[in-house]
Amino acid sequence: MRHIISILMENEPGALSRVVGLFSQRNFNIETLNVAPTEDPSLSRLTVTTVGDDRVIEQITKHLNKLIDVVKLVDLTEGNHIERELMLVKVKALGAARDEVKRTVDIFRAQVVDVTPSLYTVQITGDAAKLDAFLQAMAPVGILEVARTGVSGIARGDKVLSL
Amino acid sequence: MELLSGADMIARFLQDEGVEYIYGYPGGAALHIYDALFRQDKVKHILVRHEQAATHAADGYARASGKPGCVLVTSGPGATNAVTGIATAYMDSIPMVVLCGQVMSHLIGDDAFQETDIVGVTRPIVKHSFSIRHPSEIPEVLKKAFYLAATGRPGPVVVDIPKDMTAPTERYEYVYPKKVKMRSYNPVTRGHTGQIKKAVDMMLKAKRPVFYTGGGVVLDKASEGLTDLVKQLGFPITTTLMGIGSYPQSDRQCLGWLGMHGSYESNMAMHHADLIIAIGARFDDRVTNNTSKFCPTAKIVHVDVDPSSISKTVRADVPIVGPASSVINEMISLVQGREVAHPEALTDWWQKIDDWRAEREGKLYEPSSPGEALKPQEVIEALCRVTRGEAYVTTDVGQHQMFAAQYYKFDKPNRLITSGGLGTMGFGFPAAMGIKQNFPDDDVVCVTGEGSFQMMMQELSTCKQYGVGVKIVNLNNASLGMVRQWQDLNYKSRHAHSYMESLPDFHMLIEAYGFTAITVTTLEELEPALERAFADKHELVFLDVKVDPFEHVYPMQVPLGAMRDMLLSKTERT
Ligand SMILES: Cc1ncc(C[n+]2csc(CCOP(=O)(O)OP(=O)(O)O)c2C)c(N)n1
Ligand SMILES: [Mg+2]
Repeated sequence: MRHIISILMENEPGALSRVVGLFSQRNFNIETLNVAPTEDPSLSRLTVTTVGDDRVIEQITKHLNKLIDVVKLVDLTEGNHIERELMLVKVKALGAARDEVKRTVDIFRAQVVDVTPSLYTVQITGDAAKLDAFLQAMAPVGILEVARTGVSGIARGDKVLSL
Repeated sequence: MELLSGADMIARFLQDEGVEYIYGYPGGAALHIYDALFRQDKVKHILVRHEQAATHAADGYARASGKPGCVLVTSGPGATNAVTGIATAYMDSIPMVVLCGQVMSHLIGDDAFQETDIVGVTRPIVKHSFSIRHPSEIPEVLKKAFYLAATGRPGPVVVDIPKDMTAPTERYEYVYPKKVKMRSYNPVTRGHTGQIKKAVDMMLKAKRPVFYTGGGVVLDKASEGLTDLVKQLGFPITTTLMGIGSYPQSDRQCLGWLGMHGSYESNMAMHHADLIIAIGARFDDRVTNNTSKFCPTAKIVHVDVDPSSISKTVRADVPIVGPASSVINEMISLVQGREVAHPEALTDWWQKIDDWRAEREGKLYEPSSPGEALKPQEVIEALCRVTRGEAYVTTDVGQHQMFAAQYYKFDKPNRLITSGGLGTMGFGFPAAMGIKQNFPDDDVVCVTGEGSFQMMMQELSTCKQYGVGVKIVNLNNASLGMVRQWQDLNYKSRHAHSYMESLPDFHMLIEAYGFTAITVTTLEELEPALERAFADKHELVFLDVKVDPFEHVYPMQVPLGAMRDMLLSKTERT
């Protein structure tokens, strides 16, 4: 099963490489990874999506917790949560396709953020499935470039991941 | 307020931390630190002849004393030479702090002379690592390094120190940090009481229980508690290779050690048990054999300070995260005043175990007949007699390691010093050196093989410089015996590169360093030679014992089998 693990870790040089290294060293798998400082500049938040059975996920969380730089973590998929990913896509937008692309962008509640005579740059947020669906819809028109951030997530309700 | 350079801070910190010996080798990036060490006399620096030996010596000291070992090496090749020793310590959870010189900060990343990203290289084999970014952080970083190395599940910590951080001209305030706190590191101090109660209830109700305990008990200095608990319950106990001595092996309840070359009765008891109480052991593949056939009828209680060790390879029914000592103490108080539920079942269980013991009694190996080559097992038994079972015994890796563990009887923890997890040839001699320097009045013997010894024999020179009186027992079978055994069993005796065709004359080699060597070829010569070797505690003596090159280590678990599936000799199997 796919899991989203959110990690608060020390914003120290080398911390990220320890997390990433752990995954390759122990033969765990990383689907997406995203990391940035939090409102507290001494902490970074890293979100990783991974796939594995319960035994593997248990090992992943235990080993992550064991890293000295990791302060706290949560497996968001254990409860209700919000999951978002941002994607920027350059798609061909020529002739009749130009209107078609714009319509699809609206249907997906995406935005055109940059324009040239021959292409649109589209920004879209959502869960991974929505982004996949958008790419599928755009494929016949011609996708030129895709930049996805990887999943970020947060628990629903009162639950807070903080110190 | 005291102003010190980074280099002087390091020397001062080591003094304040109570570090007595530091093992190392100098080089450009570490020279400021070496100069600071030169200008003080509390911390004694031991100049090894290869950085790997520095790590093994510090490691040996740590294993024998329970305190972190300390190493100092220069950047680049100095640091990379230390890698094998760091990995060795990591695999056996040995506390160690390795200070590595590094090129000047402004050169990092430029492929400067003797630059290696040692933090990157060692990342998977350290508990943690630090890079110094400002001289003023040195005291705190070093304190954290020692704290991390020694607490929780211990392990090696690397501190990377760019040369400009130790410049003599830049001085900063030095205060020895008595304590450190790290918000991201809070090792557990006790187990979950509910889980411990549950485990004790299961223990009291068990019909075929067995304790299976490991290096975690030794590391947490929990041997006395463990011995009390096991005696109170009257259960059998088997230890891992790393746990040897944490329960007295001469006691009837001790079945020896378990796993690939463990005792017949240990492996049989494990296979037939209905409850396994694992403490500070990690269900390593050299112990479990095929996990899908592992102990089919047993429930498993697993106590470990490292949660990631629990249910890693074998699922625990009652996981308990906590240090061995405090969990054991809690178990003792819960057991007190209570009786086991099935005393008659326990009696039957012991009967079964005694039968297994009797089956192998006197059949473990065939002693040599007069005129025949000595058996390595005989040598270890004689060694045990001559040292009254009280020596610190370090080993290298191979058949001799297994024989040392099988035939020397250890009644104390921290006495068998061996590279269990990584299996590092070359470990034994420098480890013995580190131990002997710190325990000068004890007998310290390295049981080695001619293959392993040649990996670190340059340390003879170090022993000469510092007058280190270790004893070396070379079980010389003129081959890479363990490799050869596998080739006998799995490759129709095709001995690909397991034979050493150009061994040195060890006698001359040892004498070249000014030490005494004794060559032993017969049983009559053996004990007198050992007596002679141990006569003077401060003299290095090397025994070159020619042993039967065709001997195999048994029992040996059958690959992919269950615990009980063993070869018992060249002709028998279970
Ligand atoms: C550094 C290293 N290289 C290779 C091995 C693989 N290995 C395990 S045992 C062994 C043979 C050891 O020979 P020796 O030291 O003579 O001991 P013996 O088995 O003959 O007693 C080898 C090569 C190892 N454990 N460590
Ligand atoms: Mg040999």
